[in-house]
Amino acid sequence: MTNVLVCIKRVPDTGGEVELTADGQGVDARHVGFTISAHESCAVELAVRIATDTGGTATVLTVGTQDAVEQLRSALGVGCSAAVLVEADPAGYGPADIAREIAAVAGDYDLVLLGNDAADTGDFQVGIRLAYALGRPVVNGIRTVSVSPDEGTAGVATAQGAGPDGVETWAVPLPAVVTVLEGGVEPRYPTITGRMKAKKAKVEVVAPQAEPHGSGRVRLTLPPAQPSNVEVLGQGPDTAAAVVDLLQKLGVAR
Amino acid sequence: MILVVVEAGAAGVSEVSLETVTFARSLGAPVHAVVVGPIPDGAVDQLGTYGVEQVHHAVGDAFSAYGGAVWAAAVQAVHTDAGADAVVGPGTPRGMEVLAHVAARLGVAMAANVVGVAGTGPLRVTRQVLGGAVLEEMELPERPAVLTVAGHAVAAEPGPVVTATVREFTPEVAEADLVARVVSTEAVEELDRSSGLKSARVVVGAGRGAGSANGFDHVSELAELLDGALGVSRVVTSLGWRPHHEQIGQTGSRISPEVYIPCGISGAIQHWAGCASSRTIVAINSDEDAPMVTKATYAVIGDMHEVVPAINAEIRRRRG
Repeated sequence: MTNVLVCIKRVPDTGGEVELTADGQGVDARHVGFTISAHESCAVELAVRIATDTGGTATVLTVGTQDAVEQLRSALGVGCSAAVLVEADPAGYGPADIAREIAAVAGDYDLVLLGNDAADTGDFQVGIRLAYALGRPVVNGIRTVSVSPDEGTAGVATAQGAGPDGVETWAVPLPAVVTVLEGGVEPRYPTITGRMKAKKAKVEVVAPQAEPHGSGRVRLTLPPAQPSNVEVLGQGPDTAAAVVDLLQKLGVAR
Repeated sequence: MILVVVEAGAAGVSEVSLETVTFARSLGAPVHAVVVGPIPDGAVDQLGTYGVEQVHHAVGDAFSAYGGAVWAAAVQAVHTDAGADAVVGPGTPRGMEVLAHVAARLGVAMAANVVGVAGTGPLRVTRQVLGGAVLEEMELPERPAVLTVAGHAVAAEPGPVVTATVREFTPEVAEADLVARVVSTEAVEELDRSSGLKSARVVVGAGRGAGSANGFDHVSELAELLDGALGVSRVVTSLGWRPHHEQIGQTGSRISPEVYIPCGISGAIQHWAGCASSRTIVAINSDEDAPMVTKATYAVIGDMHEVVPAINAEIRRRRG
């Protein structure tokens, strides 16, 4: 029976162009929606699978404002059974602050799953800092993880991910922390009953443990836009002859 | 002292590590390097040509298999011994991991994916956030400053040549740091093909637009017809559609072919970092506003699954 805590973050759904707020402190998300990262969607899926396989539970957590309840409910809709909101404005929180707040809740869980890096702040460190705060081992950037029972312990987490020389296998005793990269599992879609349940589920709200130290952010800027000099050859497959003409001119096609 | 965590494999010091050493020289002097595990032949001399004065080489049973914590223990030991003002690593998955461990152990901040120094006193760095779509200026007032350098954001340039000395050491490692290490590695097919990618005259690229693991037949064929290599974007390897050694970008290969033909690749900064040195770019994309299209030399607007087979057919037709 493995009790899993999976951590997510509400982030702007910036597919294309990004706009910044006037004070340069954040992304202007008025014209875009909000989501969680692909890594975290996979982490949620893995948490639900492990809870199902072991007869345990999957609890979803975020550090955020009341708005982030939307993302918690999405995770409840795909199989998480409980949700925790550490209510705070994450803009003032650095990765060490976030790790400390998660650690205050995570002590009772056998396995904590997080995304490898946040889609917006890209800090690449919350999971690792969390592991040190909890005194637990951490495996980073994996695609799949499962839990098998182990006599006299909380079980063993076996994880696989891509390393520089091939697919690496890791095995760590629980309790442990694991950070997830997208691609190992296909996140499921919420069912109608899942959505209904998620709507009614109670979200536990807790207060942060301490004042944040901050992220060190001075300001955000957009990289300068380069003028485009592209020559559009045309639309669709009818352009093939023009493309081959070009490739021949460039000396790379016979 | 500026301490650089260097990644070295059978092929020598990684290019991103040399970029990181180059960047480290802008932070101060002297520059030292720490290498954990085997050092390939010639690597020490090579680091010397990039201005590294001393290489700290961690050896011992603890380093027989990779683990973020145990690698960080070696880096931390060098800092404890020699006192680093900054600890800098490559912005690769392992570089990020090891440096995050180092920062957590030392109780200091870490800046990921740094591309430049915006100010000193206190140190202020510029780094990529939102996958490179936005830059953040971040203050790193603590010592040592811990940061990773975004891959292919800085060109690797040899520095004032010095003769690097090597100091072997075997740090004490706590039991807890040995718990999470790689148990086994299942090797992927030959790594030669990625070196083929780096030296190819023509590279055909494919991104999310391929649609699935089965969506690469036409681009592979085009690469073959042009005696070129196939390369892919990060999302393609993340989704497991293609092996990592085919990846072009910040965390993959940097290419500089005569002609690069990216198909169904939007052109995020992460990818652009690996292909910006291409001489001519012919983008094939259904979105005329995709960054890859606007940055390209030539573009075809259309579905890669329709355009690429038509190009293949045209090449075959002209050959008769």
